[in-house]
Amino acid sequence: MSKKSFIYRFFHRSVGDSPAKRTVIHVVLIVACVISIYPALRVFSVSIRPGNRVLSTDLALIPRGATFEAYLTVVRDKDFLLWVWNSFFITITTSAIGVIIASTSAYGFSRWNFPGRNAGLIALLATQMIPAPMLMIPLYIIAARLGLINTWRGLVIAYSVSSIPFSIWILKGYYDTIPLELEQSAMIDGASRMGAFYRIILPLSAPSLAIAFLFNFTSAWNEFLLARIMLQKKEMLTWTLGLRQMQGQFQTQWAEFSAAAIMISIPVMALFFYSSKWLISGLTLGSVKE
Amino acid sequence: MKSLTPEVMATSLGQVGGILAVIAVAVVVLEFLLFILLKKALHYRYAIPFMLIAPGVIGLVLLNVYPIAYEVGLAFSNMNLLRFRNPTYSLGIVWDNLKSVFAAPVLKQQYFFPVFLRTALWTGIQVSFHVGLGLFLAILLNRPMKLRGLYRTLLVVPWALPQVVASLAWRGEFNFEYGFPNVMLTRLGLHAVQWKSNPFWNFVAMNITNIWLGIPFMAVILLGGLQSLSKSYFEAADMDGAGGWTKLRSITLPLIKPILAPAVVLGVIWTFNNFNVPFFINENNLETSDILVTALFRAAFDFNRYGFSAMFALVIFLILLGITILYMRIISFSPSALASRKAKETLTVGEKA
Repeated sequence: MSKKSFIYRFFHRSVGDSPAKRTVIHVVLIVACVISIYPALRVFSVSIRPGNRVLSTDLALIPRGATFEAYLTVVRDKDFLLWVWNSFFITITTSAIGVIIASTSAYGFSRWNFPGRNAGLIALLATQMIPAPMLMIPLYIIAARLGLINTWRGLVIAYSVSSIPFSIWILKGYYDTIPLELEQSAMIDGASRMGAFYRIILPLSAPSLAIAFLFNFTSAWNEFLLARIMLQKKEMLTWTLGLRQMQGQFQTQWAEFSAAAIMISIPVMALFFYSSKWLISGLTLGSVKE
Repeated sequence: MKSLTPEVMATSLGQVGGILAVIAVAVVVLEFLLFILLKKALHYRYAIPFMLIAPGVIGLVLLNVYPIAYEVGLAFSNMNLLRFRNPTYSLGIVWDNLKSVFAAPVLKQQYFFPVFLRTALWTGIQVSFHVGLGLFLAILLNRPMKLRGLYRTLLVVPWALPQVVASLAWRGEFNFEYGFPNVMLTRLGLHAVQWKSNPFWNFVAMNITNIWLGIPFMAVILLGGLQSLSKSYFEAADMDGAGGWTKLRSITLPLIKPILAPAVVLGVIWTFNNFNVPFFINENNLETSDILVTALFRAAFDFNRYGFSAMFALVIFLILLGITILYMRIISFSPSALASRKAKETLTVGEKA
């Protein structure tokens, strides 16, 4: 055996590792896991600190006198629920519009080789390269001239459209795997082209529609930049803006900020882990499939 | 609670309902016009696909094409807060704007090139760490062992957290007195670090945050790639007595290139364009921590130099475009080559089965 065999086994051998090597691998992975979750646990531990001990150099994960007081304060006395509501209704609406528009466009791209099709697909990819702050300048000025600042209208249109390119790629990749014969036989049975799409293709594509919806949902839910520019009124803030504002008053509201952060994160993380199988296969699908 | 009143909810729902109705009517009118024009008048054979893609295309034109055209126009203007309603447009101004991007500070002190170099450094550091550590973790996880599922779940936590939450939480933790990095450093007998006011340490802080945030995505994508590799390559290399490093370099890396290459391209673009992390970690608005996109945002929205910022934005966009094209040339990446390679892989796998 050569000198390199340790490195080789460390990287590639899966069966027959010596106990020492297996221990090393487990130790490395455990350290990595601790680094990965410690900051998140830390947010939780700050959120349950009692009011008089919020600012301390304590590193214990469960502080002495732990209490959920900060959660109550955030829900009762702050605008937290308003922010969540604002984010929620706009996210649901725009994700639905985005997926509906993308589902039909993707069908056009998948089934017809119309002139400009390839250029269109590449243009869709190119839109993903545009730096968001670059679009903010003209969008802000256009919105200001049209009187769309501090309204939901501008934000609805922008959020609906912004995830369409990604959704089209995901959905087109999926439609491509559905055999044409399915629609043809439906059309022989008297269905129209769009009838076949609606009754055959769409139900079959439910998993990829879910991925597209989820992607739209997370990107609108977590959006900060456009909301920061378009919404200035106190009663229109989304949770990203509200949380940023709370973090600004760090010295006085660390526990409240952390409680709000935990309440925002838990449903998002639950959704992420619930859907991660599809989400990840969808991502590789989108990047690898032509 | 007190601020989420039924009236507030009704107002917002009313506004959204209104805009939904407008969108619906616009789509119906658009489809009707296209139907009359393409199908009835021209009998065009691609009438249906054009009707299908029209709403999406128009949406993207409104949100991407038109604003960029508008931005090009703005670059010819001297629009700022004082001249918001009545800016002047001229060829001389476009030249002035271009000159001031390179020859004058883009913010108060920082010139374009230092910011550009910092962005390159930031992107380089981030993508190397993400790919290096992501590949390392993926290789460790790509073996049957106990607790594998648990490790995987815990390791993707930074990805699962909303980015805004994670960046803001880190921003709090970089507090001098109470944040855990400094508490740990002092307990180890080292000096606490000025994460927010010292330019160097602030840059380190934003790098730490984003490395932590970005590794899981790469690890998961690369793990997916590793799992699709056939064991037979490694067995054959074993018989030829290839060492581990050789195998990593000449089997693993080339075979996962179809997954790695697009992931790296995406990683470069995302990091170059990453706004939230540098913007949030930089609590004291240090110009020395700005990368191009955050400098652009501040030039436009803190200093209100809209005409200048439009030109600045176009310069940034051209740089990004150049990097991407160059990179794709170097790794000879093209979507169609990728697809045919993938098809070949599937074929060989199919033959074996």
